[in-house]
Amino acid sequence: MLNGLIGKKVGMTEVVDDKGRRFAATVIELGPCMVSQVKTGVSDGYDAVQVTFGRRRLTRVTKPLRGHFAKANVAPGIVTREFVKAGVAELKVGQAVSVAEVFKAGDMVDVEGFCKGRGFAGVIKRHGFAGFPGSHGTHEYFRHGGSIGNRSFPGRVFKGLRMAGQMGNRQVTVGNLRVCRVMAEDHAIVVLGAAPGADGAVVIVRHAAKRATRSEPRAKQG
Amino acid sequence: MSNLVNKLEQEQLREGLPAFRVGDTVRVQVKVVEGERERTQTFAGTVIRINRGANRTRFTVRKISYGIGVERIFPLHSPHLERIEVVSRGRVRRARLYYIRKLSGKAARIQTTTQ
Repeated sequence: MLNGLIGKKVGMTEVVDDKGRRFAATVIELGPCMVSQVKTGVSDGYDAVQVTFGRRRLTRVTKPLRGHFAKANVAPGIVTREFVKAGVAELKVGQAVSVAEVFKAGDMVDVEGFCKGRGFAGVIKRHGFAGFPGSHGTHEYFRHGGSIGNRSFPGRVFKGLRMAGQMGNRQVTVGNLRVCRVMAEDHAIVVLGAAPGADGAVVIVRHAAKRATRSEPRAKQG
Repeated sequence: MSNLVNKLEQEQLREGLPAFRVGDTVRVQVKVVEGERERTQTFAGTVIRINRGANRTRFTVRKISYGIGVERIFPLHSPHLERIEVVSRGRVRRARLYYIRKLSGKAARIQTTTQ
């Protein structure tokens, strides 16, 4: 079976476990995803299953892509992704994959998505710099980053120096979130913790790639 | 609010909770787990705030304990709350009674009403 699915972040709320502890939780609408292509070592040099999620108006799909989806007899979705290695043997083109087939409660998952964009941000917001004192002679230099280097030695600014720039709206993967519930008939899962992006943003959920370093998510007070 | 989130929240609401309002005096019985043992602790005082939001609804209870003001925030739908008992109804004109933090003694009383 597939090792992940494409979905949409629905929103956040709070859930209670059997011990009565409260946790922040994110509801993610997942699948059903349609299999649009199965790649094998023979045909493409690697094993992968290409799936598509949601619906895109046909007039918004380019002709080459329309042809690709027509061949699979699958309606073009808003997002199409490949999941490598797993599921090549069992899945057929045109087949639908739903949440319950891929995830079960208790699984650990990685959630990938684009985080909220914060635009061109200064060093205080973007890198957590301390800024300058509000008084004691500071003149028009409150939220600046300070010096960015020396003089003729080394005579240049080091690569990777933290400065102002675009913050957010980049791909982020949050690792090892626990699936606390699978809502099969709603095509959704509930994970403990936060997922990247705004409500309604596209997310990719996969089985966790690494082992969790922290076994338990932190409960809320009270 | 999305339907799915809403559905999840509605499921977690507890039923049979007494209706109380800001200004009421309540007695809250909380389950406390100490190691293996579980016991009930009572916290009685005035409700000074209710923060509504489906299953996330919280309320703040204030009491004076040995001359020190103590406030505790309870999640209304938490399974840890064994019982909430309304001791008396208060007549107040505000939704958040933060002003009573600055008052003490007789001034900090809240007029009680019969329903």
